[in-house]
Amino acid sequence: MKHSVRRLAVAACLLAGSQALYADVVVKIGFAGPLTGPIAHVGKDEQFGTQLALDDANARGVTLGGQKVRFELLAEDDQADPRTATTVAQRLADAGVKGVVGHVTSGASIPASRIYEQSGIPAITPSSTSPKLTQQKFKTTYRVIANDLQQGAAMARFATEVLKAKRIAVIDDRTAYGQGLADALVDSLKKLGTPPVGREFTNDKATDFAAILTKLKAAQPDAIFYGGMDAQGAPLLKQMKQLGITARYLGGDGACTAEMIKIAGAAMSSDVYCTQAGIPMDKMPGGKDFNERFKKRFGVPVQLYAPYSYDAATALIEAMKAANSAEPAKYLPQLQKVSFKGVTGNVAFDASGDSREGGVTLYQFANGKWEARP
Amino acid sequence: METLLQQTVNGLVVGSVYALVALGYTMVYGILGLINFAHGDILMVGALVALEAIRLIQLHAPDLGLIPTLLAGLSVSVLVCMLLGYTIERTAYRRLRNAPRLAPLITAIGVSFLLQTIAMIIWGRNYHTFPQLVSTTPLEPVAGVFITPVQVAILVVSALLMVALVLLVNKTRLGRAMRATAENHKVASLMGVDTNKIIAATFVIGSGLAAVAGVMFSSNYGIAHYAMGFMPGLKAFTAAVLGGIGNLGGAMLGGLVLGLVESIGAGYIEDLSFGFLNSSYQDIFAFLILGIVLIFRPTGLLGERVADRA
Repeated sequence: MKHSVRRLAVAACLLAGSQALYADVVVKIGFAGPLTGPIAHVGKDEQFGTQLALDDANARGVTLGGQKVRFELLAEDDQADPRTATTVAQRLADAGVKGVVGHVTSGASIPASRIYEQSGIPAITPSSTSPKLTQQKFKTTYRVIANDLQQGAAMARFATEVLKAKRIAVIDDRTAYGQGLADALVDSLKKLGTPPVGREFTNDKATDFAAILTKLKAAQPDAIFYGGMDAQGAPLLKQMKQLGITARYLGGDGACTAEMIKIAGAAMSSDVYCTQAGIPMDKMPGGKDFNERFKKRFGVPVQLYAPYSYDAATALIEAMKAANSAEPAKYLPQLQKVSFKGVTGNVAFDASGDSREGGVTLYQFANGKWEARP
Repeated sequence: METLLQQTVNGLVVGSVYALVALGYTMVYGILGLINFAHGDILMVGALVALEAIRLIQLHAPDLGLIPTLLAGLSVSVLVCMLLGYTIERTAYRRLRNAPRLAPLITAIGVSFLLQTIAMIIWGRNYHTFPQLVSTTPLEPVAGVFITPVQVAILVVSALLMVALVLLVNKTRLGRAMRATAENHKVASLMGVDTNKIIAATFVIGSGLAAVAGVMFSSNYGIAHYAMGFMPGLKAFTAAVLGGIGNLGGAMLGGLVLGLVESIGAGYIEDLSFGFLNSSYQDIFAFLILGIVLIFRPTGLLGERVADRA
């Protein structure tokens, strides 16, 4: 009995000591994304990426306003649902986070961004690509990945410069995503001096594209771009083959999926291309090292956008360092000006909060999977 | 010219699937005055059951040829859908035979949701790849027109089924009983026709046709999905109204006309409207034709009986 009392006393002393050791100011950084549901793996991946960035900053030691600070992650599950996203955003704001990495999907990021704007908390999304997010002109909304407009423009460059296509036809599914992508592509094609030879429309529930494809066939395109998702893109590709159209198929990131390969089956060939916002791990300047450290820390390989969430969190910390304060009102002006070499490349924002660099990668179907083109 | 011919073929292929589904709507309407909104979902069940059956057959009897596999899958799916059609009629509609007309209509919408939800629970929300057992590689083009073997099969099978159905209704005892029930089911039952049995038979036949349409639809496009029945169902309903609901010939004509209008409309709408409209209006084009036809012929193209039921 005596022993245990003594032990307790020792333990208490130790605890007090350790607390004294860590009497740093805690700065809470929020993360919001789907941590449950069908795309939970994407959300978890980005949460880990954010965590790693905070760990690294804590290990290096950051001093703001003369006080040593320690970053803590507060992760919330928005289930990739717009309504849950606003609740979660409010919860983060109430918990006093100084900055947010998130959200993951555009559908969640857009409604949540209003709450962060009202609370004055900067939020950087690692993976939402809808142009609408930054078109709201919020001061607190940033992103480290290319948006759909940048993707459309990149596709136009790939099509004309890499693939040497001259007669490009464009189809979209009239959704915000598909239309945004296709319109951006058409604008860029016009600027590059190769206006599209045909422009047709369908919807995101259609299965039959024979009529519009037959019409486009008469224009003899050498490439057909489809702005939309894999569930329509795959049957569309099949019907191109059925109608004897030999043009190459180009898709956006909605068709850059394993599902596309599965549904289109035998219609997939080396004539099928797609683009995706972001660059593959092995092409990132810090990719290899990041992947190894990530695996060591969390025991799982990087899924998708973890490097982007790492850079998003680092951008917040860099801005705080530059302002010498973790107060959003003080460091927000600095966030606009950050420029550093992150895992994914140079991180810097334009006036609207979009990524200045906006890396986009072209993929080609080869050996049964999507392979990044140099 | 090549383009026009190709669009005509495209339209006929789509139209014959519409026609086959429209027959189910029109038969039920003719006899009960009920618009069976669950009909499109039976098409979906047909396609997904066939998918499951074909997967099983390929797993346990991989040596069975492509066509026998498809036929076996099709038979299973037709049987399941016939049973489903019978069950729906027996449990959901028969009890409402003498209820106000709105009650069975709402029930039909309810059954449609129910079928979709059950399919979603069983098969999930993902798109499934439907095995394309009949080749989808285009045949040697004739006059610049491409057509695939599966599309030829769709045209032939729908034509045969439609002829068979017309013969059934016009030449057999069952057909005569169906026509009598459609005319007046109280009087028909006084004449010794078991109207309940006849109505059940109508549902069973219609569901069988929907299953065939579902399998053809999925074989052509290579996909199956829990919500795939909605659009073809809506289009087939439009086709049935266009042709004159309650009239078999009308459903077939309506289906083909709708398919052609959609295809040619989508192909030429831009030129016809001098660039004012484009293919995002292709569905509106189909409904515009429907509107115009109904203004001049309120009972549809071939409809004779005045629509006294709604």
